[in-house]
This record gives sequence, structure tokens and C-alpha cells, in this order.
Amino acid sequence: MYEHDVIVVGAGGAGLRAAIGAHEAGADVAMVSKLHPVRSHTGAAEGGINAALREGDDWELHAYDTMKGSDYLGDAPAIETLAQDAPEDTIRLEHWGMPFSREDDGRVSQRPFGGLSFPRTTYAGAETGHHLLHTLYEQVVKRGIQVYDEWYVMNLAVSGEADPNDRSCHGVVAYDVQSGGVEGFRARDGVILATGGPGQAFDHTTNAVSCTGDGNAMAYRAGVPMEDMEFVQFHPTTLPSTGVLISEGVRGEGGILYNEGGERFMFERGYANNDGELASRDVVSRAELTEVNEGRGIEDEYVHLDMRHLGSERILDRLENILHLAEDFEGVDGLVEPMPVKPGQHYEMGGIETDENGQTCIDGLYAAGECACVSVHGANRLGGNALPELVVFGKRAGRHAAGEDLGAPEIETGYGDDVEDEGMELPVTPGEAGLPERGSGEAVADGAGAVADAEGLVERAVDRERERVERLMGRDDGVQHAEIRAKLQQAMTADVNVFRNREGVERALETIRECREEYRDVYVDDPSRTFNTDLQQTIETRNLIDVAETIALGALVRNEFRGAHWRQENQERDDDEWLKHTLISWNGGKPSIWYRPVILEGQDKTYEPKTRSY
Amino acid sequence: MSTQQESVESEPEEPESQEVPEDQEMSGLASPQQERLQRKQAALEERERAESDHDMDDDRVHLKVFRYDPEVEGKQEPRFDDFHVPFERGMTVLDALIYARDEFDSSLTFRHSCRQAICGSDAFFINGRQRLGCKTQIADLDQPVRVEPLPHQEAVKDLVVEMEHFYDQMHAVEPYFQDEETPDASELDEQRQSRENREKVKMSTRCIWCGACMSSCNIAAGDNEYLGPAAINKAYRFAMDDREDEEIKEHRLRILEQEHGVWRCQTQFSCTEVCPKDIPLTEHIQELKREAVKKNLKFW
Ligand SMILES: Cc1cc2nc3c(=O)[nH]c(=O)nc-3n(C[C@H](O)[C@H](O)[C@H](O)COP(=O)(O)OP(=O)(O)OC[C@H]3O[C@@H](n4cnc5c(N)ncnc54)[C@H](O)[C@@H]3O)c2cc1C
Ligand code: SF4
Ligand code: FES
Repeated sequence: MYEHDVIVVGAGGAGLRAAIGAHEAGADVAMVSKLHPVRSHTGAAEGGINAALREGDDWELHAYDTMKGSDYLGDAPAIETLAQDAPEDTIRLEHWGMPFSREDDGRVSQRPFGGLSFPRTTYAGAETGHHLLHTLYEQVVKRGIQVYDEWYVMNLAVSGEADPNDRSCHGVVAYDVQSGGVEGFRARDGVILATGGPGQAFDHTTNAVSCTGDGNAMAYRAGVPMEDMEFVQFHPTTLPSTGVLISEGVRGEGGILYNEGGERFMFERGYANNDGELASRDVVSRAELTEVNEGRGIEDEYVHLDMRHLGSERILDRLENILHLAEDFEGVDGLVEPMPVKPGQHYEMGGIETDENGQTCIDGLYAAGECACVSVHGANRLGGNALPELVVFGKRAGRHAAGEDLGAPEIETGYGDDVEDEGMELPVTPGEAGLPERGSGEAVADGAGAVADAEGLVERAVDRERERVERLMGRDDGVQHAEIRAKLQQAMTADVNVFRNREGVERALETIRECREEYRDVYVDDPSRTFNTDLQQTIETRNLIDVAETIALGALVRNEFRGAHWRQENQERDDDEWLKHTLISWNGGKPSIWYRPVILEGQDKTYEPKTRSY
Repeated sequence: MSTQQESVESEPEEPESQEVPEDQEMSGLASPQQERLQRKQAALEERERAESDHDMDDDRVHLKVFRYDPEVEGKQEPRFDDFHVPFERGMTVLDALIYARDEFDSSLTFRHSCRQAICGSDAFFINGRQRLGCKTQIADLDQPVRVEPLPHQEAVKDLVVEMEHFYDQMHAVEPYFQDEETPDASELDEQRQSRENREKVKMSTRCIWCGACMSSCNIAAGDNEYLGPAAINKAYRFAMDDREDEEIKEHRLRILEQEHGVWRCQTQFSCTEVCPKDIPLTEHIQELKREAVKKNLKFW
């Protein structure tokens, strides 16, 4: 068994910053990551990192913009913490050598971004995430922080008290991808989950293959509520074959969207008579999908984004990297033909419920980054607000886990007196399928009984995971995970995407349940212990099922239109009923849903919900 | 569609990957990108020709994939497996491998993650050349498409190679800002850096640690201790960054000057040719040699 003060699971921007934070606070910290750190999906972020650095800007403006962008579903203490800490944490990246783009006076460059009242998106070319990731990794190398890379974390070692608020986390169980060995990692002071987004729950996404929501699923099964999972951001212009993102820059420069009949549908079909192609992401995504659904899509799948009329000179000057993307990943030359595009899953606003210090309701268990929900983004994330979240809350989680006093949090976590619980009966019986894999004893939340000694607890967790591996590897036939995963992803894309209605979401939940049933007979065909990605992906698929279910359940119960979540039955924001977070927790193997009011009271002022118009 | 959507706000200025035009970053004026574009144009024409007259084997791609597993009977002796994958427009080598794995053989093993040439996981030896699977269009290749693990690196299983040595070399050049005086929290002022200096290190900072260059290098193949192009480029990234002071730069040059450092390079340009990020590696190595000489002149 390995042992450290703090264990960080995941080595993207959030995990790396958390590890540095814990190290700064004096802890013996180690990182466990299924990918080598520089392979993490933070590297794909292009646009920039929001921070109020300049005269004329201040954290209060940043906080205001973020609250408004969130459609009043972000919690003020989280948003204000983000806005207050972002400048210092961004400048720190610069001090660590991050190659930001520069102005003539040598200062770091900032650009305007959607929904921001000041150009505060600090950037490093068109590859801000890549530089942020590599800069943080360099600092981890410098500090000699131990990284267990290509170790896949399978589960958490959490005690099993009846009430999740009484439980505590003592480590993780991971398997060494190269050798197949399953080992325990004991954390004396805390475990920080920084496992990124769950984009692979959908069949078309800008997220990497590794974005499988592992941290979410593990925390959920251990008893931590998932918050606001229904809020999923879709991006309107992604390449059909890979999901690679084509930036809004193309439309900003004058690119036009056409349907199969050559209609400029944003105008001609009345989706956005004023703004046309420049309408907000969700409007454009829904318009594109309507065209396809009504038979006006190309190959029944996508629409065209045309920039040829801009002329090759202008395209080469301003949009050159788009030409490379279209060519490398879609085999299309944007100078001579229109580019195929369609909406794709992009970002998960919801996640593991935490407070401003990154802590969950389980003692010693933290989360930061896209897998967490503090909540900063509420119903809709503003571009450039995810990267500052990684460094601000990553750092805080690391420091707090290492024992630093960051003051009492204002955000509550876990089921408590302040929640609203209607004892809601769900119209479908989703998590009935807390169905164990066939042949395993486990039926409910993963926690074992309460044990006094932490080491024993980790050991028992290791034993359970070793058995699980043997079970999955031991079977000779059944279903393969790829089949189940494809079915799940298609159901989510068909019915829990930018268009949602009760009937569709219920249909998706039925399919998710079928996936669970089928997963009971899942088997791993590759008999090898060496680099068995079949085994790893089989475990990931289980996590995707759990996460997809929380997204669908949230989408089912929230009968309003707020931010990225649109419901056909009620296409208005409903502040009387819905200024509250959706929380889903896994009780006895079955999800239960309850709500917690949004905190709109900030440090000095209360944010009044206004119409989100710009 | 209901018209209610019009009432939704508009965000004309959009997030994420928006490039600001005046950023010299993005304007490809006579840049290496410009050249790359021309190369691409040629490749594209070639591809169109290929697509029209190439017999894609009933629209199936023929893959020949290297297989090896040290512990599975029948795979201990390396062999090639054939896969026939339905071709789709825009298909990359990585797409074809994923299809083969998910539909035909779940034990087919290869690293991959981002699918967009940024994570650096999937450098393979494709039709005799180091390339990223996700960035290589099937239509650009002759069939059958041969996919092998990176040469000169120890094979782990199928297309997976041991990367530890590569990482060790990267770490050997002290790849981090040295400045020990990390400013305290109250300091909100950034260090100044000129646009020119930022531009100078720009290409070198684009490395995604894919290992293609190292695998293509004859010198690295013969001298296991040679730092290799990627690590030297990493050192260049810091040595040329004005934000670090002269003393540290000299320290860096000393690391590079050692027996297995820059002087090993025989300017064969193989690394530069295969780098998926178009980093002028050989040039960077040459420049460091010159810097090292300058430094020696100063002392002798
Ligand atoms: C194309 C694209 C562009 C974007 N552009 C921007 C932008 O311009 N500005 C902005 O603010 N945001 C942007 N975002 C969003 C932002 O990049 C992400 O939300 C953020 O990078 C997520 O970082 P993370 O550290 O939470 O997760 P990741 O970087 O995804 O890292 C997750 C880590 O967890 C590890 N891991 C996962 N599961 C396990 C497990 N079971 N065991 C062990 N390790 C595990 C992985 O190995 C990885 O190291 C963009 C996103 C995308 C996809
Ligand atoms: S220098 Fe180029 S080829 Fe070498 S590791 Fe970096 S990106 Fe890959
Ligand atoms: S899959 Fe990430 S570089 Fe190819």
C-alpha cells in the first residue's frame, strides 16, 4: 500500500494546481492519474482565462458578469471567490513562466469574450490550455511531487456510516495500467478528485476519450450528491467526424450557416432575425438540429459553415488555424468548400457538490475542476471561466486538504436542514438498477461498514476491486462494453441534448436502465494483464452509466428553460419555482432528488435576477 | 421552430477558441504555417485525385497493424493483423483503429485521448513514418495502411511503447522556470516580456511530448543518453526566454553542452520533418550550439 498525506486523482489543470497547493502548505502529496499529466484534456482549451487585471476592471464586475451568465444559478460566495482569486492566480502562472501573448508594453494580453463587460480573457495564442497545463506540470516536476501516471483509480475508500455526512474518505484503489496490479493508496489527510468532464456520456463531444466522469461516479456512489447535472453546454460548430471545435471566430468574421437547400436558415427560417449566426450558442445549436430533424440537413446529419466569401486573403490572415483543423480532422479545404458542422457536447456545468474550499460532505474528500460544482457556472458557463476555476479552486482544495485554514465556508454541502425535499416520486424507476454486476455481492452504495482503522478500510476496498477485476476478466462471454457505451451515448444525444422534453428524457432513462441491465453481463475479452485498455474502458463505461443517469434525471425534473437547459413544456425561466440547485444522491443504490436554494447574497450585495440579455 | 428563441440574448462575441485577428499569433504572414499551408494544399489535391481513382477496396480501408503482447500466447511473437474498416470521408488513422478495436478486436491496444493533436498520445509509425494517428487522414495514405509502434522505443503491447526514457530526458534539462523567488500572494504584477521575445520562444512552447522526433532520430537510436530533440527544444524554450536571467541561461547551456547534448546532433533534420507541431527543431539545436560557443568564447 502506498501512503501520502494528500492524494490527488487526476492531473489536468485542477489536479496539478491542487497538488502544488498541497505542497505549498507543507503536505506530502502524490498524484494518481490515468493519463500522463501532459495528456490531460485541459491542453485542448484555446481561448483564455478570465481575470480582472487591469484598470477599469475589477473582481466585482467579473463576479457580476459570471452571475448573470449563470442565469442566476451560481452561488455568490463561489463566484466572488473565483473573481477575487483569479487575478493573483493568473499572474502566478505568468511568474511560473506561462508564455502568455504580450502587448507592446510587455504586459500580458487580454481579449473580449462573450458575456464579459471588460476584455479580461487573458490568453496565450490560440492554445492557452496547452500552456497552462505544461506550465503547471513543470512546477510539479520542479517540486519533485510524486506522480503515479497511467494508474487508473477504480474506487474510493470511504467508511460506511448510514448518513453520508458522517462518512470519511481514507484513500483510493487504483490499478496500474502497465502491469495490471491493483493497489491501495492511503491518504492521511485527504483525497482530491480532479478527473475532468463527463463528455463521453454523449456520442458527439469536444471532450477527449478520457473524459468519462470517473470522479463524479465514484463520489456519487460513495454518497456525495451530484449538483445541477442537467446543465450541459453544447457547442454549435464542431466537426461531425471527430467533435473538434471550430471556433466562433469564423462566424464572428462573417461565416454563414446554410442548410441542404442552401438557405441561410438562421434568418430565412426565423431562428434569430437580428443576430443570425451570431446568436448565442444554445440558439444556434437548436436551430441547426431543427434543420436536420426536419429533413434539411446534409446527409441527415449536419449543416454547412461557409467562409469562402470572406476571400482567401482574409481567411489566411485571420482564420488560418481553422483551415488546418478542417483539413487535418475532416479532410475539408475551407477555402474551396463549406465546412460541415453540427452541435456537440462541450462542458458540464454540474458536478460533485463542494463548498468554496473544495470539500464535499464526506470528510477528507474534495473535488475541483470540471468534475466539481461549487457552483460557479450555474446554468451556463461563460467562455474563459473554466480555466480560472481550475487554478482558484484547485489551489484552495489542495491547501485545505493539507490542513491550511481558509475560513469557514458559506456554502453548505450534503443533505441537511436547509434542503427542500418533496419526497418526489419519479415517473420512471431509474437507479432501481443499483444492479450489481452478476456474481458480486454489492448492491448499494459502495461504502463498507464503519471501521475504526483507516488502513483496514483501504485494504478492504482493494480486495473488493481485485474481485471486481477477476470477475470482469473471468467471464468468457456476455456483452462487451463498447456496445453498451454506444447505446448509452446515442440515447443521450438523441433525447438529452439541446432539445429536451419529458417524453424524450424518459425514453433515455429507460435506455440507461437497459444499459445497466446489460452491464451485469459485461465481460472483458482481452485476457492480458499488460496495458489492458479493454478492462479500463469497461470500468469507465460503468461510470458513464451512473453519470448519464444523473444528467437525465436532472433534465427530467427541471421543468423550465434556464441557461443551457431547455424544456419544451416550459420555455421560460421560472424564478418562483426554480432558483434552486438540483441535487441527486444515491441512497441504497437508488437515486433520490432534492433541492437547495441558490445563494444570491454576496459579500456586499445581493444579486437580483435579471433577464439574461446583452 | 417557435420564435421565442429570439428573445434569448445574443453573445456576438464568443468564447473559447476565438482568435483575435490582430494577434500576431494568428496572422500567418510568411510564417512556417504559411509554408505548411502550401504543403497541405498540395496534399489536398493529391488526396482528391486519390479519392476519385483509388480503389478503396469496396470503400474499406485495409489496415495492417502490429500486434504484440508479452504474456498472451500467440502474440508473444510480433505479428501483423489485417483489419478492413469501412471508409468514411474525413477518417483518420486513429478513427480507423478505434473502429477496428470496437467492432473487431477489443484487445487492440493503443494510447489516444484528445483526437485533436494536442495530447500527444498517439504518435505511431504509419506507412514508414512517425505521425500522429489522429492527424493523419486515411485518404492521404497508400493502402494497405501499415501501423506500427514508434521505432527505437521499447514495445509494451501492440502500438504502446515505453515512454519513461523520453520523460527522463525531458526532465533532465530542468524543464521549469528556475526563479526561486516565487512572488508572494500580494504581488499582482506580471513580469514584462517583449512581443519579440515571446515570438522567439513561441514555436518551441508548442511541443506536445509525442516522442515522434526522438523516434526518428538516428543519433538517439545509437546513443541512449543523448538528450534528443524534444528535450533540447524544451531547454531552448527556457534558455531563450528573457524572463530568466543570464546566470540561469548559462547554467542551462552547460547542461546542453555536455557529452550527450547539442553537439551530438548531426543536423539530419529527421526530427524537424516528423514534428506534428512544425517546430523547427534542428534550427533550435543549431542556435543553441552557437550560443554555447559564444559563451565559451567569453570564458576562454
Ligand atoms: C475544446 C475545448 C476548449 C476549451 N476552451 C476553454 C477556454 O478557452 N477557456 C476556459 O476557461 N475553458 C475552456 N474549456 C473548458 C476547460 O478546458 C475544461 O473544463 C478544463 O480544462 C477541465 O480541466 P480539469 O483539470 O478539470 O480536467 P482534465 O484536464 O480533463 O483532467 C482530468 C484528469 O483526470 C485524470 N483522470 C480522470 N479519471 C481518472 C481516473 N479514474 N483515475 C485516475 N485519473 C483520472 C485524467 O488522466 C486527467 O489527468 C475548453 C474545453 C474544451 C473541450
Ligand atoms: S518536438 Fe515535435 S515531435 Fe518532438 S515531442 Fe515535441 S511535438 Fe513531438
Ligand atoms: S489523440 Fe491526442 S494527439 Fe492524437
